[in-house]
Amino acid sequence: MTLKPNLETLRELAREARVRIITNAHKTQTPHLGSCLSCVDVLVAAYFHSLQIDPAKPQDPDRDRFILSKGHGAASLFQILAMKGFYPEEMLESYGQDGSLFAEHPPSPDHLAGIEAATGSLGHGLPIGLGMALAARIHKKSYNVTVLLGDGECNEGSVWESAMLAAAQQVGNILAIVDFNKWQATGRSEEVMALGPLADKWRAFGWETREIDGHDMGQLVEVLSKKRNSHAKPVAIVAHTVKGKGVSFMEDDNNWHYKIPSVEELAAAYKELGVKS
Amino acid sequence: MRNAFADEVTKLGMADPRVVLLSGDIGNKLFDKFKDNNEGRFLNCGIAEANMMGVAAGMALSGLRPIIYTITPFTTTRCYEQIRVDACYHNVPVIIVGTGSGLSYAELGPTHHSCEDLAIMRVLPNMTVLAPADEVELRQCLRAAFKLKGPVYIRIGKKGEAIIPKKDDQFEIGRSITVREGSEVCLIGTGTLLPTVLQAAELLAAKGITARVESFHTIKPLDEKTVGDAFSRYPVVAVVEEHSRIGGLAGSIAEWLAKNEGIKGRLISFGTDDDFMHEIGTQDYARAKYGLTAENIANKVFAAHTKAAI
Repeated sequence: MTLKPNLETLRELAREARVRIITNAHKTQTPHLGSCLSCVDVLVAAYFHSLQIDPAKPQDPDRDRFILSKGHGAASLFQILAMKGFYPEEMLESYGQDGSLFAEHPPSPDHLAGIEAATGSLGHGLPIGLGMALAARIHKKSYNVTVLLGDGECNEGSVWESAMLAAAQQVGNILAIVDFNKWQATGRSEEVMALGPLADKWRAFGWETREIDGHDMGQLVEVLSKKRNSHAKPVAIVAHTVKGKGVSFMEDDNNWHYKIPSVEELAAAYKELGVKS
Repeated sequence: MRNAFADEVTKLGMADPRVVLLSGDIGNKLFDKFKDNNEGRFLNCGIAEANMMGVAAGMALSGLRPIIYTITPFTTTRCYEQIRVDACYHNVPVIIVGTGSGLSYAELGPTHHSCEDLAIMRVLPNMTVLAPADEVELRQCLRAAFKLKGPVYIRIGKKGEAIIPKKDDQFEIGRSITVREGSEVCLIGTGTLLPTVLQAAELLAAKGITARVESFHTIKPLDEKTVGDAFSRYPVVAVVEEHSRIGGLAGSIAEWLAKNEGIKGRLISFGTDDDFMHEIGTQDYARAKYGLTAENIANKVFAAHTKAAI
């Protein structure tokens, strides 16, 4: 068994991922940078520490499943999967180009190793993940399913349909993490819809719920690694995050939902992330 | 048809441990036998069809063979985006069964009618669309659908549908079944209206016109061979379906006509109007309102045949 990276290594991987994501947004002129940066730490903790996955065996029936239900964070996921070794990093050079496999949302799983579900339309990942978690029960397998949702995504009714069925069936091998960055496309997520109290909502829907700092590697590793039972309450983590995390002028500024960094902004971001120009 | 579905799905489940039956809170006692014989593989997903479709896709992505069952509008229009994205885009073997299709639930009002399902299902990439005429075809459809690797939609009726005697018991998806031979016109029926189509053929025979009758249990992929043969041999080809005249089997055949040159035969379409039915009645009443009776079909086809002969 390979040694798990320590927190310092995970933080360094997250920093590196942020640099790649921002570089890619600039190079390919593609949006959703703020959303991508808010979930980087969750993705790093999951893929580099907690998930039982082997990039050499992406279809292993016993693997843990991870679904990026907030599909607009795909630019983050693509970088993480390449860093993890699911496909050669050079493949990412086609991102944003005509004929590329890499859309701005994850493709269907048979088209790219490491992808478990084609998301992008919100509210789909949790039901699909629940189906995978129930399949583990039927197949008598012990894998876990982790689904990362956006807070804006929790507007979708299908999220709550799924939450109720998971609780009724006591599907304990599913973990829902909400990347609670307090914004959705056009406004504060607590103002557009009555989202709050978000953690209490998950509790009321029958989920064992915890609130954490979604950028704190120690807390992330702890919740992601917790042993789960197949017949128990499903687990929800409300991860408090900052949209655009890691670059001061992008943090909590919703313009970066669609904005593309200029040459100057890229240089300033590099400086903050410790990249030597 | 419902009971035949429950019976056949039970057999499928007993033969293959990958079969999972998902119900949208209906079929209370209907699936007792399935539950007894397939422990842990029946899941009542509640009145939450969007989630149910996603759950089915997730199961199929994990190697199971889910079959979804509820009333047609709720397993089609209600969760159409989940069908499009989760089942069709992922191209996974999910079998979607709509019960009480067309005007089967005429008394329940338009919320429970489904005269659009064939149109919206057949436009989806990767989707196979089936509409069996009776319980024999239903069982054949289910068994054949189970062998496919992609999503399938099966539109079924309610209960008590007549079984249509056929000489041809060879069933293949995408190949229609000839139910009656005839040399002057061709009647193409699909789904549980087939007995009405056969009655229309009888009425035409009484008027001296012999009609070939085809059972199109498969809407997609279209049986182009039979359609081509029909238009090459008959001056009148009539399509009869308990579905809107927009976008269903007749629509599919009209698309075929548009891409083929030199077709001389005339296509006539019998189906429901482009409206919602506000007067309530039995299924027979509703069918009659839209001209889906043997008499109306025979009269219109007779007139078209007479015109074609001039």
